[in-house]
Amino acid sequence: MRHILSILLENEAGALSRVVGLFSARGYNIDSLTVSTTEDATLSRMTIVTHGSDEVIEQITKQLNKLIEVVKVIDLNESEHIEREMMLIKVRATGKEREEMKRMADIFRGRIIDVTEKTYTIELTGTSDKLGAFIEAVDRSVILETVRTGASGIGRGERILKI
Amino acid sequence: MQISGAEILVRSLQEEGVEFIFGYPGGAVLEIYDAIFRQNQFKHVLVRHEQAAVHAADAYSRSSDKVGVALVTSGPGATNAVTGIATAYMDSIPMVVISGQVPTPAIGMDAFQEVDMVGITRPCVKHNFLVKDVTELASTIKKAFYIAKTGRPGPVVVDIAKDVTQAKHEFSYPDSVQIRSYVPVTRGHPGQIKKAVGLLLEAKRPYIYVGGGAVQGNAAAEVTELVRLLGVPCTNTLMGLGAYPGSDRQFLGMLGMHGTYEANMAMQNCDVLLAVGARFDDRVISVPSHFLGAPKKIIHIDVDPSSIAKRVKADVPIVGDVKHVLAEMLELLRASSQRPDAQALAAWWQQVEAWRDRKSLWYQPSDELIKPQHVVQTLYEVTGGNAIVTSDVGQHQMWAAQYYKFDRPKQWLNSGGLGTMGFGLPAAIGAQLANPDATVACITGEGSIQMNIQELSTAKQYHTPVKVLSLNNRYLGMVRQWQEFFYGTRYSESYMDALPDFVKIAEAYGHVGMKIENPADVEPAIREAFSQKNRERLVFMDFRTDQSENVFPMVGNGKGLDQMDLPPHMREQGGEAADRDYGNLC
Repeated sequence: MRHILSILLENEAGALSRVVGLFSARGYNIDSLTVSTTEDATLSRMTIVTHGSDEVIEQITKQLNKLIEVVKVIDLNESEHIEREMMLIKVRATGKEREEMKRMADIFRGRIIDVTEKTYTIELTGTSDKLGAFIEAVDRSVILETVRTGASGIGRGERILKI
Repeated sequence: MQISGAEILVRSLQEEGVEFIFGYPGGAVLEIYDAIFRQNQFKHVLVRHEQAAVHAADAYSRSSDKVGVALVTSGPGATNAVTGIATAYMDSIPMVVISGQVPTPAIGMDAFQEVDMVGITRPCVKHNFLVKDVTELASTIKKAFYIAKTGRPGPVVVDIAKDVTQAKHEFSYPDSVQIRSYVPVTRGHPGQIKKAVGLLLEAKRPYIYVGGGAVQGNAAAEVTELVRLLGVPCTNTLMGLGAYPGSDRQFLGMLGMHGTYEANMAMQNCDVLLAVGARFDDRVISVPSHFLGAPKKIIHIDVDPSSIAKRVKADVPIVGDVKHVLAEMLELLRASSQRPDAQALAAWWQQVEAWRDRKSLWYQPSDELIKPQHVVQTLYEVTGGNAIVTSDVGQHQMWAAQYYKFDRPKQWLNSGGLGTMGFGLPAAIGAQLANPDATVACITGEGSIQMNIQELSTAKQYHTPVKVLSLNNRYLGMVRQWQEFFYGTRYSESYMDALPDFVKIAEAYGHVGMKIENPADVEPAIREAFSQKNRERLVFMDFRTDQSENVFPMVGNGKGLDQMDLPPHMREQGGEAADRDYGNLC
């Protein structure tokens, strides 16, 4: 099953490679990983999307907690949460495709952030599924380039992950 | 006053109460070696290969309450240390390994003797640091020692750039250390502890399974008291030997792949299992599904939460320091008048004794060939069971574990997790330095000893009079055994040809060498080696042992604990069926 893990870790050189190394050394999967500093510059917040059985997810959580630089780990799936991912997608936009593409971007609440005579670059935000749905909805042959950030997640309501 | 980084390092090690550093100099650590030269608070032990430095520091730690320290140079010095670091990591040994690194401006430039030590060791350390700023050196050393010895212990690598050792800074060593992201658990959950005691008291066939965590966690006294108070049978893992006295009646011997018949049968058939600082690894329980096929309740105490429910789910998981948790369990038990059902326990013991009566460690004695088991038994008798015993890896290691009855923790030092050949001799040197008055024996084989035989030179230089017992069967015995059992006796590359004259080797290094070829000479030779005459000398005993001897019992790959390959005399008893009628006890 797909799980979104939120990790608070020390913003130190090498911390990221410890997390990544753990996944590869123990044969766990990383579907996506995003990381950046928080409002406290000494801390980084990481979101890892992974999948596995409950036992595997439990081990991943325990192994992550064992890393000295990891401050906290939560499995966002354990309660309500919000996830967002951003995608920049460059598509061919010529002739009547141009109008069609604009309409499609609107339907998905995307924004066209760069325009040339032949292309649009669309910024799209949403759950990973929604971004996937957009890719499915447009004609594959018009997609020139796709860049996805991977999912970021946060708990709903007053639930927070902080020191 | 400002002092150099190298001096800061030396002062920091002094602050930590370090007595010995095991190391080997080189370019990147010259500044550190110069600072060591100019001090006399701790001693440096010059090994002949960096792997041995780490093994010696490791065994120094295993056989004492201290943190072992090794010092190596950058590049090849660092990579040579990796096997030792991984060995300590697998067995959770507290250690600080300091490695030199090229100067900070040269890092990443493919400089001479540069290697990414932090990167290479990341998967086999508890934690590691690269020090690029002299202002952080003292606090990093403080953190390294703290991390190494707290929680689940383990090796910590501190990689120090050469320019850091040359830079100047004020020295101030922190009194305490706080790491917000690292807070080891000590106390177990009171509710869980209560539940565990309740389960044990209601058990009909209780069993206590003790691992290396009880040794490292200094919990042997608590383990012993608990086992005796409950009157239940107990087993130790390879790493746990000595946590419960090996010569005691309630001890069923080691369990696992080469465990005794009674220890393994009890493990499979108990109804409540208390696991103390053990991790249900593949060499202990073999296949989890078969192990759990016989229903049982499992209580699992471990300081490392990730050890719990890794291979086997626990009914009562308790995360905490084993010593603390056991002490709290004992307190509850002492306060309660309830004890396990005497009738059920008597029936369980009757079954256990029936298994024990099958004498799974019996072997056919011989007047012609030296039986390796006999050598270990004789060593046990001659040393009165008091020696610190190190071993290498292979058949001799298993025989040492089976036939030397360890009554104390930290008396048996071996590479259980990683299975590192070459561990034994440097480990014996480290253990002897930690315990100068102890008798130290290294049980090895002609294969393993050659992996670090150069350390005979270190032993000479530092006057460590360890006694080496090499069970020389001219084979990589355990490889040969597997080839005999599972590969149609095709002995591929397991014959040790072109062996040297070990007596001459020992003598060349300035030690005493003995070659023992007849069973009748085993005891006199061991007595002589351990006699007053040789008290100050290293004696190398080359025993020419039976080449065809195998380690029994054996739980083959994919087999269950109750499906052991049994020694010939047990196969003749034809007792297989008898074991199965155990059901009437349930």
